Amino acid sequence: MSDTTALLVLEDGRTFEGKAYGATGQTLGEIVFNTGMTGYQETLTDPSYHRQIVVMTAPHIGNTGVNDEDNESRQIWVAGYVVRDPSRRSSNWRAQRTLDEDLETQGIVGISGIDTRQLTRILREGVMRAGIFSGDALAPVAELVERVKGGAEMSGAHLADEVSVPDAYTIEPAAGVDEVAHVVAVDLGIKAMTPEMMAQRGIRVTVVPSTWTAEQILDAKPDGVFFSNGPGDPSAAEQPVQTLRRVLDAKVPFFGICFGNQLLGRALGYGTYKLPFGHRGINQPVMDRTTGKVEITAHNHGFAVDAPLDGDSVSPAGYGRVKVSHVCLNDDVVEGLECLDIPAFSVQYHPEAAAGPHDAAYLFDRFVSVMKGERR
Amino acid sequence: MPKRDDINSVLVIGSGPIVIGQACEFDYSGTQACRVLKSEGVRVVLLNSNPATIMTDPEFADATYVEPITTEVIESIIAKERPDALLPTLGGQTALNAAIDAHAEGILDKYGVELIGANLEAINLGENRELFKGVVERCGADSAASRICHTMDECLAAAEELNYPVVVRPSFTMGGLGSGFAYDAEDLRRIAGAGLHYSPTTEVLLEESILGWKEYELELMRDKHDNVVVVCSIENVDPVGVHTGDSITVAPAMTLTDREYQRMRDVGIAIIREVGVDTGGCNVQFAVEPDTGRLIVIEMNPRVSRSSALASKATGFPIAKIAARLAIGYTLDEIPNDITGSTPASFEPTLDYVVVKVPRFAFEKFPAADPVLTTTMKSVGEAMAIGRNFTEALGKALRSIDKKGMNFHWDGEFPTGDAVEELLKAVTVPTEKRFIQVQQLLRAVRAGHCDMEAVYEACRIDPWFLDQMLVMNEVAHEVAHAAELDAPLLREAKSHGLADAQIAALRGVPIEDVYALRAELGVQPIFKTVDTCAAEFEARTPYHYSSYDAETEVAPREREAVLILGSGPNRIGQGIEFDYSCVHAALSLKDRYETVMVNCNPETVSTDYDTANRLYFEPLTFEDVMAVYEAEKAAGPVKGMFVQLGGQTPLSLAQRLADAGVPILGTSPEAIDNAEDRAAFGRVLEAAGVPAPAYGTAHGIDEAIEIAERITYPVLVRPSYVLGGRGMEIVYDREQLEDYGTRMADVGDHATDAPLLIDRFLDDAIEIDVDALYDGTDLYLGGVMEHIEEAGIHSGDSACVLPPVTLSLDELERIRRSTQALAEGIGVRGLMNVQYALVSDVLYVLEANPRASRTVPFVAKATGVPLASAAALVMTGSTIAQLKADGVLPEIDAASIDMSQRVAVKEAVLPFKRFRTHEGLVVDSVLGPEMRSTGEVMGFDETFPLAFAKSQAAAFGGLPTEGKAFVSVADRDKRSIVFPVARLHALGFEILATEGTAQVLGRHGIPTSVVRKHSEGRGPTGEPTIVDLVNAGEVPLVINTPSGQGARADGYEIRAAATAADAAIVTTTQQLAAAVLAIEALRKGPFDVLSLQDAAGARARNVIAGNMA
Repeated sequence: MSDTTALLVLEDGRTFEGKAYGATGQTLGEIVFNTGMTGYQETLTDPSYHRQIVVMTAPHIGNTGVNDEDNESRQIWVAGYVVRDPSRRSSNWRAQRTLDEDLETQGIVGISGIDTRQLTRILREGVMRAGIFSGDALAPVAELVERVKGGAEMSGAHLADEVSVPDAYTIEPAAGVDEVAHVVAVDLGIKAMTPEMMAQRGIRVTVVPSTWTAEQILDAKPDGVFFSNGPGDPSAAEQPVQTLRRVLDAKVPFFGICFGNQLLGRALGYGTYKLPFGHRGINQPVMDRTTGKVEITAHNHGFAVDAPLDGDSVSPAGYGRVKVSHVCLNDDVVEGLECLDIPAFSVQYHPEAAAGPHDAAYLFDRFVSVMKGERR
Repeated sequence: MPKRDDINSVLVIGSGPIVIGQACEFDYSGTQACRVLKSEGVRVVLLNSNPATIMTDPEFADATYVEPITTEVIESIIAKERPDALLPTLGGQTALNAAIDAHAEGILDKYGVELIGANLEAINLGENRELFKGVVERCGADSAASRICHTMDECLAAAEELNYPVVVRPSFTMGGLGSGFAYDAEDLRRIAGAGLHYSPTTEVLLEESILGWKEYELELMRDKHDNVVVVCSIENVDPVGVHTGDSITVAPAMTLTDREYQRMRDVGIAIIREVGVDTGGCNVQFAVEPDTGRLIVIEMNPRVSRSSALASKATGFPIAKIAARLAIGYTLDEIPNDITGSTPASFEPTLDYVVVKVPRFAFEKFPAADPVLTTTMKSVGEAMAIGRNFTEALGKALRSIDKKGMNFHWDGEFPTGDAVEELLKAVTVPTEKRFIQVQQLLRAVRAGHCDMEAVYEACRIDPWFLDQMLVMNEVAHEVAHAAELDAPLLREAKSHGLADAQIAALRGVPIEDVYALRAELGVQPIFKTVDTCAAEFEARTPYHYSSYDAETEVAPREREAVLILGSGPNRIGQGIEFDYSCVHAALSLKDRYETVMVNCNPETVSTDYDTANRLYFEPLTFEDVMAVYEAEKAAGPVKGMFVQLGGQTPLSLAQRLADAGVPILGTSPEAIDNAEDRAAFGRVLEAAGVPAPAYGTAHGIDEAIEIAERITYPVLVRPSYVLGGRGMEIVYDREQLEDYGTRMADVGDHATDAPLLIDRFLDDAIEIDVDALYDGTDLYLGGVMEHIEEAGIHSGDSACVLPPVTLSLDELERIRRSTQALAEGIGVRGLMNVQYALVSDVLYVLEANPRASRTVPFVAKATGVPLASAAALVMTGSTIAQLKADGVLPEIDAASIDMSQRVAVKEAVLPFKRFRTHEGLVVDSVLGPEMRSTGEVMGFDETFPLAFAKSQAAAFGGLPTEGKAFVSVADRDKRSIVFPVARLHALGFEILATEGTAQVLGRHGIPTSVVRKHSEGRGPTGEPTIVDLVNAGEVPLVINTPSGQGARADGYEIRAAATAADAAIVTTTQQLAAAVLAIEALRKGPFDVLSLQDAAGARARNVIAGNMA
């Protein structure tokens, strides 16, 4: 492991001294914590973490190394990485490289050896901006705090275009599965497991850049449209909301995950707001209010939809009745929306998991049913 | 969906005596269940034969039956109490099997009792191996290839198909009893033979070997709405081949990617659903092939298990408590998470720390036992430690084990050359010592004298864990070779788990110097919180662990604190009985003080975060205890610390803690020394005018011989400063004493330079155990127990009776006076235990211990007096007079006998069946001065014979009332057996004896058949020997007293066979007399049962009626 000193500096002036991990240098971003005990590789490559410095609450990171199969996108997206005890040895039959190597190659500035629990206890009072500095980037703390404050805020940030693929591509139904539908999936920061889950169910998925217009989407004559997860503030995503409204107007079945859920909320005329410290972990209890059952789910969201929890409400934007279908049992945050008069639904959490439990995979089946007209 | 309104009364069955594989974790789970049910307004009826448990304290249930866990007793209780439901899933395999039997006999149907927490179909699917394989298959997962067998021929044929080695697993046994690896047909005959015997369904499973694979365990819970959560993942550091109870384990799993973990989780959830555990917990064990990732399901337990207790303590998620709520109808989302108070129980705990569990073994107690670890559990206890990283947790766990030679060391040079080769060979075989051997090998790896791959190939411990241990060696190397110990290096060493003692050894300085240096440099641990959620939400429960990290979370407080030191890992001689006293202290002082528990045993009630106000899960060593003390002193006022309740472990810290300024509550360290130091104790005895057997302290065997000849043989000899009679032997002559000296020199687990204590051994004495309370003025005699066996058998292994059945009131008064004089002379403030021997009307003091004793809970159950709670109050300043006035203690004590008082018999439970010699025979079951029992039961009834009969039924399955009785006794016992054997004959037993004994019996007119001795072999026409008959299960009662003069091996084969065949075995003449009376009582019909609460009511009425002697 590295012996280079690194400094984590919070916007409020608090600092943590540790060792450089991954690349040395400087990185700035919103600092958030993730409580998952497994799945660091998936987390690092999840585009939703774009521009965020991620703190892992699990102390040992890197134990199983890195392999080529578990990446959720083409690169590591986190702006910076904060861990307590990076592993110096990978042990797993699928490991191809150490995590340290990947972080370094991809220029991800990280810090290790700090009290991540203390940091988490600070961050649960409210997220803030932070920076990691090591090597030549080190400077007097006052100056580092200024640099942190000069970094971008997450509120108001439109980031989907920065993480989306440049060109559309298609994922065929999994081998041996008959095609049941064609879906246009708008990549706002999509994770690889999402089209994979669809393909397993016979869906042919065309993943398209976030810049695709409603005409382009509808011209593809899809059986359904999907909006993915992704980074940024939903209130800054005006263009995708307009696109989505056109899809809803066309009564094409719609399914959204995470950012896609927030966009559906906005398209339906509800507001979105920033959570105090967000949900980032793979142990979150969500109740499916239709069945009364609890599912353990993967979360990664700093924003949420502001829709009425009690009873059905009517879409302020004129899309009929809407029900909050899922709710987080920890804090009653809206975790899913279901339109009762048009074929559209979405969830705030991650049924594709990766990392995380598979309890909510049924939602992909539900999407198929909606497209087949078996249910709304 | 709230709780069911049709369940108003529940029968809870506990797990009975502490045995290997089923220890006090079931007191923890049962206590939680009782608490929950009571708080829900459900009437709790409890059955448990173990008096040492907290759950059997009368306040935890509405009707508490300390009775044998048998079908008849269950029926009697059900008939009397008419519960609506039976909850069998929190009392281990014992409770589950008892419930299955009760159902099979139609008792549950007859009285309309519903089984809750699990259904029989689920139990069967989970525990029947063949059916379970079907479950696994339906879940789309793999099992190891296997064959079910019911006969030895089937076993041999199946093994040919599967190829050796094969794993043998008997159905429906606990703790892996009877299972093992068979490398060839001979092994198979031995292991599968035993397995077929132990399995209640005469069924074993033979399986392809998955030795050396990685092993994992998931703890799951499911509610009636089919919500499932995985509470915890546990990874075994030892690969497959070692029972998970004997493995070093870590939580959470350390070497799985998310994909692999989620696959395991999916399979686990599919299994709990398919098996149909609808309300409660289960665990599923997995094996993973390290090179391919192939996942195999090993087994599941459809109930709360030992691992559930570990998982509960590791995560802060109270599995048993939640299981009890689920059983009465709640769903997971309706139950709050205690720790956060704001989130529901329907989530999965996430850890921001690492938990390591290390088993504690007792092979030194069974020198003949094969020390190889197998799939049969052999450890007697465990310690758990929490750290912010693996090395910190591992270091803490290893020092929690509190056993010499069982921690990493860097003594001498690292191994090279042949030593490396030898170690590489040694670590291929799992034993208690393997972990230390691996660490030594890693010293060679660090120095470049051995290849890491070679170590992995030899021991198959995952390379990630090996690397972590290598880190510890590297840090140790730095510590040893640094010019000076500066703060960063010291901090590095501490954060990788190195104890002050290890650092001191590495630097060649006294341990005190390391402690002082840390204080000077400010290298001190801080305390984090176990909060189930990795700090995502605020924790309300102060459940702490130390770490060398930055921020501490100990909250300031106003109330004065009392710190209670627990007893550490269970071991023979120091177990649940001591935890009982610690728990009582915490509960009784909660109203007056902030109680703070310090302990490292995950199985216990004391380490339930609900027990004390604050819990510190920490090793019980000086540095760790001091850190807690300093943290609590910084948080608010501290009244002091209890070191006298947790047994020898905390007691041994007393002086150092006092020297460091810790106020010790109750009996002072000086007073403790008065009792421990032979010379000081001699002066106390003299001043008190109480005689003791002649004794001496010897340094070396020559001096021992000198002393022995002065005080005359027989003598009792033992090393000083031991617990549980470790190394204690009765020696009859010089030759034997010399032999003892030679053997003790070879025993590595205690300092060979410790002085030897030599006492004149009082043959044929009546031994008496006394538990008393002293406040400086008044003595309260809690209980006087008369041993049933003669002197010379460790008090922990001896059955005893309360009230004493042969002592006169005058003798009781003498005991009272002597005890008071001793308490005064020693300076006791709180509990004291005294052992007396009564010989020819002289009352000798054998031992006095100014601390809680093993018998405190038994006394409390038998008399209904909360002795341990009262002790805690006395230790914090209450007087006995006050406690009597407040009604905590009754006016009269054990010096008066209530003539109508029920009689309580405590019987020890011994683990001989678990321990096999290398040849596969059970180790010798003869009792001696070294304690070897793991647990105890209580028989409670109106007369001694009935109480004794119940104690035997609870401990061993009971005495036979008819059939063959085999008698073979030492010459000196021949006279005293005549009458009881004549009585057995009159009761209809057929008497068998070997020639010598048969002659004696024959001359007394007792018809006796002569059978062949084992040494004579079978007769010319195949006449069986006695061992053959016992093996064949034809002799339900074996009476065999070994001769005292070194010929103890004589009856070994007979006793071993009797133990293995579950025949009742009597090894002393006193036991024989009691057994004959008990058999007579048994023939009069089934037991009557009476709850402790009803017994207390009767007692109170008696006192009012003045019915006292």
